[in-house]
Amino acid sequence: MRLANRPLRLASCAAVALLTAAVGCAPQDASSGGPGAAGPGKQSCERGRLPTVAHGTLTVGTDKPAYAPWFHDDEPANGKGFESAVAYAVAKQLGYDKGAVRWQTVPFNNAFAPGAKKFDFDINQISVSAARKRAVAFSSGYYDVRQAVIALKGSKAARAKSIADLRRLKLGAQVGSTSLDVLQDTVRPAQQPAVFQKNDLAKSALKNGQVDAILVDLPTAFYITSAEVKDAEVVGQFAATGTAAEQFGLVLDKESRITGCVTAAVDTLRKNGTLAALEKKWLTDAVSVPVLK
Amino acid sequence: MTYGDGVVKSRTAREKADDGYVPSPRRIERERFKRARARRATAVAALSTLVTGAVLFLVITRSPGWPRTRETFFSLEYARIALPKVLDGLLLNLRLLVVCGAAVLVLGLLLAVARTLRGPVFFPLRALAAAYTDFFRGLPLIICLLMVVFGVPALRLQGVTTDPVLLGGSALVLTYSAYVAEVFRAGIESVHPSQRAAARSLGLSGGQALRFVVLPQAVRRVVPPLLNDLVSLQKDTGLVSIAGAVDAVYAAQIIAGKDFNFTPYVVAGLVFVALTIPMTRCTDWITARMDRRRAQGGLV
Repeated sequence: MRLANRPLRLASCAAVALLTAAVGCAPQDASSGGPGAAGPGKQSCERGRLPTVAHGTLTVGTDKPAYAPWFHDDEPANGKGFESAVAYAVAKQLGYDKGAVRWQTVPFNNAFAPGAKKFDFDINQISVSAARKRAVAFSSGYYDVRQAVIALKGSKAARAKSIADLRRLKLGAQVGSTSLDVLQDTVRPAQQPAVFQKNDLAKSALKNGQVDAILVDLPTAFYITSAEVKDAEVVGQFAATGTAAEQFGLVLDKESRITGCVTAAVDTLRKNGTLAALEKKWLTDAVSVPVLK
Repeated sequence: MTYGDGVVKSRTAREKADDGYVPSPRRIERERFKRARARRATAVAALSTLVTGAVLFLVITRSPGWPRTRETFFSLEYARIALPKVLDGLLLNLRLLVVCGAAVLVLGLLLAVARTLRGPVFFPLRALAAAYTDFFRGLPLIICLLMVVFGVPALRLQGVTTDPVLLGGSALVLTYSAYVAEVFRAGIESVHPSQRAAARSLGLSGGQALRFVVLPQAVRRVVPPLLNDLVSLQKDTGLVSIAGAVDAVYAAQIIAGKDFNFTPYVVAGLVFVALTIPMTRCTDWITARMDRRRAQGGLV
């Protein structure tokens, strides 16, 4: 039967074609062998000539809206606010002046999605943790963060003196934040905490009395109580948990070849007092807040 | 010529029949050829399935990003952490689905009946029901939820709940009853006017005709689109988490946001799919049973 062989022939041809396509089209890792390109082990941090996403510019990511006191007026490029200032200081350290820095909106979830990144580093109050290091690379920490509780003035929550006092309350925090980790691991409240997509929603719930108190990082707590929810106050802060202090770090792609350079830049800024000066300039001093035990 | 294939269907050339029938060589040859063709078709299908599978497998597992993708989306360790929390959250989804689903069906049916009432005296009722469905069908659900969940407590009314789950459930009922009302109305209007006319001529009142003749037929016709809305509602119950309540998807997001791993989302997705399939089978069965009952005496 000569005819009967046609489907077989067709199938084998198709199979060969498909396999060729599969092997031939398998995407390869693009290696941008620009100047200054080096293996992840040995990095040449030639000023202004790093192997960045867009050649000659440094692309910095952050979420939108960008909240105070980290950024001012939802405009990261104005250099105002602690993280905006830190980003420009790191860029300068790497040899990129203000004109060579491009800002890119990167939602929190996209910052750690696998796949090629659209930014060189992301600065978005993201805490460094061992588990997260399996998905992304971090620079060294640029800010030691403490968590705090805020509640409406005169409420039962505002009179809390210890972690035990908080346990019976309805508490809230933002998803993906270390505030939520502290809430679940340190406070361990009796009723299920409310978890919010954004701190804005947590603020609304606090104003409406849907939660008794919310947990945020200390600078955010100061900002909320001084500018946004004026009838709220900072109840207290939490002592640093674990062995090392919790730190915010710059997020880079796991395979990024500039992690070492960025880390070195942050370390330099910490040593020469730049970070401390920026903290003093943009963030409120936290000495006056009682520590909840 | 021998018998045509259509006549001796159940016997092949192999069996020796007791009526002395001996298949002709030509028939034997024809059957052998058919068997060979069937075998070949099966072989080709199996081969092409294998090749397709192999190609997909190779493309995915040989891609440069596969190890990281596997680690990020299909990590057993995180699946284990996520499953109990996702199932805890799923309880909230199911509670909302049952309560809101019942409320939506009742309210939707009432709205549909209000819109199809006849007679000038009912004009305001018809107009109100029409305005309601127009508004809530058009209003994006997420905005409806935000308005209800954060807007109502802001009024600080005495005795009105601030519980996000109750408020979120009400918002779901508002939106979905508008969808379901339109489905019911389409069903009611698809019942032929002669049915009402016949019922009225038998002496049934307008209400009785609606209750015993029109609605049973209307509801039966719209079971599939109703199920669609129900499945859609089941997935949208998760949006109540906007006010801080933790449902299945949100429980997944909490773990994903903490450790930067997407596996919990995959787990939650599979759990939802696993929930939808039995629901669909169940309604298919109900529909088939209704068809059987309608077709008593056999289909013509």
